[in-house]
Amino acid sequence: MELLFALVIGALTASGVYLLLRARTFPVIMGITLLSYGVNLFLFATGRLATGQQPVIGTSASYADPLPQALVLTAIVIGFAMTAFLVVLSLRNLADNENDHVDGQREETPPHRNKNGR
Amino acid sequence: MSLPLVVLLPFLGAIAAPLFAQGGRTAIAIASSVPALIALAALFPHWSVLAAGGTVLHSYEWLPALGLSFSFRLDGLALLFALLILVIGLLVILYSHYYLKAHENVAKFYSLLLCFKGSMLGIVLSGNLLLMLIFWELTSLTSFLLISFWTHKQDARRGARMALAITGGGGLALLAGILLIGNIVGSFELDDVLAAGDQIKAHAMYPVALTLVLLGAFTKSAQFPFHFWLPHAMQAPTPISAYLHSATMVKAGIFLMARLYPALAGTEQWFYMVSFTGMATLLLGAYIAMFKHDLKGLLAYSTVSHLGLITLLLGMGTQLAAVAAIFHVINHATFKASLFMAAGIIDHETGTRDMRRINGLWRYMPHTATLAMVAAASMGGVPLLNGFLSKEMFFAESLQLNLPGLWAWVPPIIATLAGIFAVAYSARFIHDVFFNGKPVDLPKFPPHEPPRYMKIPVEILVFACIMVGVFPTISVGPLLYSAASATLGGNVPDYELAVIHGFNLPLLMSFMAFFGGLLMYSQRQRFFDFHARFKEIDEKAVFEALVSKFVNLANRFTGWLENGSLQRYAMLLVVSVIAVTVIPLINNGFYIGENGLSAIDWPTGIAAGVLMVSALATAVWHRERFYALVLLSVVGLVVALTFARFSAPDLAMTQLSVEVVTIVLLMLALYYMPSWTPMESSKTQRIRDILIALVAGTGMTVITLAMLTQPFSSISAFFLENSKPGGGGTNVVNVILVDFRGFDTLGEITVLAIASLGIYAMLKNTALTPPPGDGLGHAWTRDHYPLMLKQIARPMLPLALMVSAYIFLRGHNQPGGGFIAGLITSVALILQYIASGMIWTQDRIPFRYHNVIGLGLLFATIAGAGSLASATPS
Repeated sequence: MELLFALVIGALTASGVYLLLRARTFPVIMGITLLSYGVNLFLFATGRLATGQQPVIGTSASYADPLPQALVLTAIVIGFAMTAFLVVLSLRNLADNENDHVDGQREETPPHRNKNGR
Repeated sequence: MSLPLVVLLPFLGAIAAPLFAQGGRTAIAIASSVPALIALAALFPHWSVLAAGGTVLHSYEWLPALGLSFSFRLDGLALLFALLILVIGLLVILYSHYYLKAHENVAKFYSLLLCFKGSMLGIVLSGNLLLMLIFWELTSLTSFLLISFWTHKQDARRGARMALAITGGGGLALLAGILLIGNIVGSFELDDVLAAGDQIKAHAMYPVALTLVLLGAFTKSAQFPFHFWLPHAMQAPTPISAYLHSATMVKAGIFLMARLYPALAGTEQWFYMVSFTGMATLLLGAYIAMFKHDLKGLLAYSTVSHLGLITLLLGMGTQLAAVAAIFHVINHATFKASLFMAAGIIDHETGTRDMRRINGLWRYMPHTATLAMVAAASMGGVPLLNGFLSKEMFFAESLQLNLPGLWAWVPPIIATLAGIFAVAYSARFIHDVFFNGKPVDLPKFPPHEPPRYMKIPVEILVFACIMVGVFPTISVGPLLYSAASATLGGNVPDYELAVIHGFNLPLLMSFMAFFGGLLMYSQRQRFFDFHARFKEIDEKAVFEALVSKFVNLANRFTGWLENGSLQRYAMLLVVSVIAVTVIPLINNGFYIGENGLSAIDWPTGIAAGVLMVSALATAVWHRERFYALVLLSVVGLVVALTFARFSAPDLAMTQLSVEVVTIVLLMLALYYMPSWTPMESSKTQRIRDILIALVAGTGMTVITLAMLTQPFSSISAFFLENSKPGGGGTNVVNVILVDFRGFDTLGEITVLAIASLGIYAMLKNTALTPPPGDGLGHAWTRDHYPLMLKQIARPMLPLALMVSAYIFLRGHNQPGGGFIAGLITSVALILQYIASGMIWTQDRIPFRYHNVIGLGLLFATIAGAGSLASATPS
């Protein structure tokens, strides 16, 4: 199980980093989202993997570590705020520069009018 | 309390003095003198302790973990320097009152002067080496501002920059040296360091520590080869030069060497480094001083030379030489301060400092001339003046060095040679300025005596020169003894402060120096011709060239690193993270801890497979943005399932609702954005990025695996135990969030509030044009708000609100809680906007979201503050 979990985190990190290094805002946001999944899972895993031991008093004999869960819950919500902020930032970039390049420079041809953009 | 007060007062004065600027120049000068007067009064009562050989220590804790404390320590050496700083400081204030012109910014002048004075007092009174270093750096900074006081002059700015670069650089070396010493001793307290001399000298790091400390001292005290900043600092107003280069700034290095004398001196390395540097500086300064036509230039190089003399004395390592060094500190401060002030008067009255034009001033200002001549005679070492006494001691000590063979002759010869130069340039100062024909083409003619009170500081100093010269035992005997005792750790040798010690070899050397110097001066034209054959190096040009070279290099580096491409920054960031972690990772290798691996069940395995494939597919097909987004949402869903699978229901619910909102948001963004990412990166770039990504992914896998299989201990037992009795809830995760770490959560929702305000601000005035079609040429449907969606969405809102309220209320004891409830509400609201449009929905929402955000934060804070006040969980 541990190996599987580690591979999942590795796959999330690798695809997240690759997308982070792209030149357009949309893939970069997707990359950051993937990376934060990976990081959240990693943080969560610092409490080790427990099955059927939810940290609600009275529901089982032993409990999973609640502290990493609380931290990750905070991380998910903050990550959501950041993603929302980034999305709007990229929209603003699109509106101001008429393209969605992360370096924020104007281009000659606005991309959404370029049908052969692919 | 009185010692910290002595250091603090000038700084307080620096703040207060400008307030008196309105009251006129006299008011501010008087106000600026007050701190020094109080400080002198505060130091006076301690004399009885010091005279008995004791020290006064006032210590307050600051950062005990770092060994840093507000500890102030007064002993004989500190007192001697403090008196020089305070008394000459007072005289400088009086002198400046007449020196500064009406239009000049006196408030700034006195403020900076007081800051500098406070920093100097801090150096000499610090009982902690780290504290001393702070003041040391402060003197570098404040002297920079003082030297560049006339900011409109390029020379002044450059001279100040050079001084700052050299002394500041030395300060860094000193910091390293002090850290090493503190490491060896285990304390930065001066008392401990001074007591641990043998331990320091025996330590393997002693040579390094000594070299670093000496670098700090040599740069500050303008020792060869760092001497060149001092003459260029002469661009400062003359009262500043008089203060910085007689009693204070340049003496800080000397003070440091004397201060750490018991801890560092007495080894071969100390002897060779300090005495040879001193010897070179002594001779070089004296030689160049001969050829300077600028009055202040001559004094500057003579200062360099005298600093070299004191350094040489400290380097000799004998106890008598150390006494002579301390004695010369006093003497040099008095005659040099008065000479600078006299030079300032001459500059003030004639409008120039060029000795080729200033001649025969005796006729115009006999009073000033008399004072300057006495002081210059003291500088040249004429009997019955204080300069003679310490020079005699120096000559005597130069004969005592036990160097092998012919080397034994070197110190006395160099000493005599430097003495000859000193007499020659002193003679020049007297003869060339006050006699030697008539003035040539003076900007102000005829010169006359300065205001009466401007001469008072000079008179006091010259009087001190004569008093010390004639009655050394009465005038400075006790102070010198106390300072020498502090320098030598109590072992003061027998010495006699007499005007004439009888006819002996040192006296003969003095005669040789005196007549040799006069002879040299009378033949000066030959020496000038000889000197003119050599091309003079302009240190400032060399220094400036070096500076601009460094600036260029730094600019090129910054330009390469920071080229404006965010894409590149992201790459550099990831690569640096990898670079930092790669070595421990490789050392650790592929590691499975003692807990080992547990078995995999089929459903989990399949889900993990789906997750990995979707994640990788998102990256592979990212240019097809819509498909990539769908794949991304699969990843998010499986992550939520993972949380559920491993006993984290709250996380699963939060992740699920966040996922929905995020995907909807990205969908909305995609409506405005291009549907495809163009292929821009070259093949090499993509391969590079794939490699980086693979390394990062592999690294994370290895780290996670090592971590997961490691046994661990957690502090969570506390939370599990106290959740019910302390927090009043059975859902431990949520109790942690709202009770145990409630303050954290308050910060978090504040971040959310800020993010949403930021989003609002960014969307304001954003002109986004919706694309005409989906990019493939298909037009959008004309039915913007489909009827079915509208009809389903509207009843969803109250239902969702009900679910949300339920989730919210059960959160403390069962999985659920505020975050999830809030997200459910927002999903329902977003659905209304999508289904019925912005305007329709906005019209039906009776409140503004800003107010909701503000109220929410207010409620949370009040609830938290209330439970804090009543000391019960909320």
